[in-house]
Amino acid sequence: MGIPDKAIQEADINRWASGMEEFMEDRETILEIKHLQTSFLTSSGKVKAVRDVSFSLKKGEVLGIVGESGSGKTVTSLSVIRLLAGTGVIEGGEILFDGKDLAKVSMKEMRTIRGDRIAMVFQDPMTSLNPLIPVGKQITEMIEEHNRGMSKAQLKEEALKLLKLVHIPEAEKRFSSYPHEFSGGMRQRVMIAIALACKPDILIADEPTTALDVTIQDQILKLLNQLREEMDMSIIFITHDLGVVAEVCDRVVVMYGGRIMEEGPVEAIFERPSHPYTQGLMASVPDISLDKNVRLVSIPGSPPDMLNPPAGCPFVLRCAYGRNICNAKVPPVTEIGEGHCSYCWLLTPEAPKENNPYK
Amino acid sequence: MTKDDSIMLEVRNLVKHFPVKGKKKEVVHAVEGVSFRVKKGETFGLVGESGCGKSTCARTIIRIYEPTSGQIFLKGEDISHMKEAQLHPFRKNMQMIFQDPYACLNARMTVHDIIAEPLRAHKVCSSRGEIHDRVYDMLEKVGLSREHANRYAHEFSGGQRQRIGVARALILKPELILCDEPISALDVSIQAQVVNMLKDFQDELGLTYLFIAHDLSMVRYVSDNIGVMYLGQMVEICEANEIYAHPLHPYTRDCWRLFRFLRPPRQSRKRRVPLRGIFPAPFIRPPAAASIHAVNARSRSAVNANRP
Repeated sequence: MGIPDKAIQEADINRWASGMEEFMEDRETILEIKHLQTSFLTSSGKVKAVRDVSFSLKKGEVLGIVGESGSGKTVTSLSVIRLLAGTGVIEGGEILFDGKDLAKVSMKEMRTIRGDRIAMVFQDPMTSLNPLIPVGKQITEMIEEHNRGMSKAQLKEEALKLLKLVHIPEAEKRFSSYPHEFSGGMRQRVMIAIALACKPDILIADEPTTALDVTIQDQILKLLNQLREEMDMSIIFITHDLGVVAEVCDRVVVMYGGRIMEEGPVEAIFERPSHPYTQGLMASVPDISLDKNVRLVSIPGSPPDMLNPPAGCPFVLRCAYGRNICNAKVPPVTEIGEGHCSYCWLLTPEAPKENNPYK
Repeated sequence: MTKDDSIMLEVRNLVKHFPVKGKKKEVVHAVEGVSFRVKKGETFGLVGESGCGKSTCARTIIRIYEPTSGQIFLKGEDISHMKEAQLHPFRKNMQMIFQDPYACLNARMTVHDIIAEPLRAHKVCSSRGEIHDRVYDMLEKVGLSREHANRYAHEFSGGQRQRIGVARALILKPELILCDEPISALDVSIQAQVVNMLKDFQDELGLTYLFIAHDLSMVRYVSDNIGVMYLGQMVEICEANEIYAHPLHPYTRDCWRLFRFLRPPRQSRKRRVPLRGIFPAPFIRPPAAASIHAVNARSRSAVNANRP
């Protein structure tokens, strides 16, 4: 419990020195999601938010999930910690963590895992803290929940350590402050402190910097990176900012319409994006040197209606290369490089050569 | 002042203070002496952190807020202290696009009524038929269709709502559009659509934009000139490419350095020096000098003494 000791830190430095890539290969898989399907039952029908999503997370890895709103990235992570709204149901698939299938464990058992082993930082630091409770209390609450029998003094000490860990100046003074007395960046740090309270194995960060300014975003990203190095945590980083992904993630999963479009190591995704959607996303962000007279490449249309998603590839309606088969059948997976997969019909061996950027 | 026809908007020493509740003498210095010029047909980008006063600045220019002092010239006419009745004809010439496409459209009005409201307020159309025609025409221009006219705002996606916001701003054929973070709330793939649309309108109608955003790569792409605001003051104004290549003010330099441009992963993992500190809290009394000194790691005491 508490802050990592010095031995771990030294081991950490050594492992960083020995090269990240080698290190990643022989790491164990900590979380594995297989064919996850999550839906919401609404008055107008079933919203299939996540449809057949599979990926895995290794120890100490930062996995980025990229996609636009409604692509199912947040629902995927909420399924992992079983915090779906009342109408949300996991309809199929497995979430394997520590020998258990989280999709099937009881809520009581889930409570011992959530917060303690898997913690989450939510998108909006303004609304996810309780405005009526001092931040110190909100942190100790979390520690107490998972460590019954700790004395009040011990709890406070732990909470202060956490506040210092996330670089909140004058932690003692701030301990009894209320959330409204903090700025957005500071609140996000408190959120991170709460999430780290029990030294989780996995931290899910859902757009942790979207609501923040560049300068504060920079501080938060550095903090997360430092914590990953010090605590050997695995992080699932949900965002739509590709610039942030390029900097912090080891591997990326690109989601659209509740399905995975492309998955691979971050270098591969950026150097050789192999799905029309990923390419479209990258082209929509103006490059620093882009001539102002050149029009931005935009993806026409808008995301699919998840009440009646297309039977095949969800991106087909906005894709410049869409064909009949894309509309009818879900594309199979094609391996492009090591650990780099794309779900697109254009990449299959049978795909015709005309109007095909990949052949 | 000599009348210069090429200048669309000129702001001189604009100041806006907000009173603090409960404390009679204290004020929040939201905008503290901002001056700039925007030429006809150009886009002026305004960047800065949240709370630096860029939105207040735009809202004061369009006279949603009364300026505390300073002058605002719209095509050479001083509108900063005009009475509402005098100002009315000028309002037709400047319109605003708001940040939040969810909050800025009245949920109880149909799209037709939302877009027609400015026409009615300024009594530009003589008949109902003319209003219909102009609304339908505008809807098609922003990439929506006639069938959308009788729907309500909640039936649209974020990108479509922003198109409705643009249609409402353009219906009076204004020359100056103040865009207050028009794309911040939209998804990446939709942002490009809206930016392209705004650029097309500019080419077609010769519009002048004041473009507020915090996405620096987008601002650089759309703007001719960029102004960087910090704590209510304009710390640097420069040509868009130049400000990126040779930022002069330390704050600007830090901003560009810290912003995550889209670059290949290897390049972007270079070490960055963090900008230290938090900025001077609710700046009721902002630091006398270049306010940046609280944040800037390189500041020297000399900067503290006088405001550049």
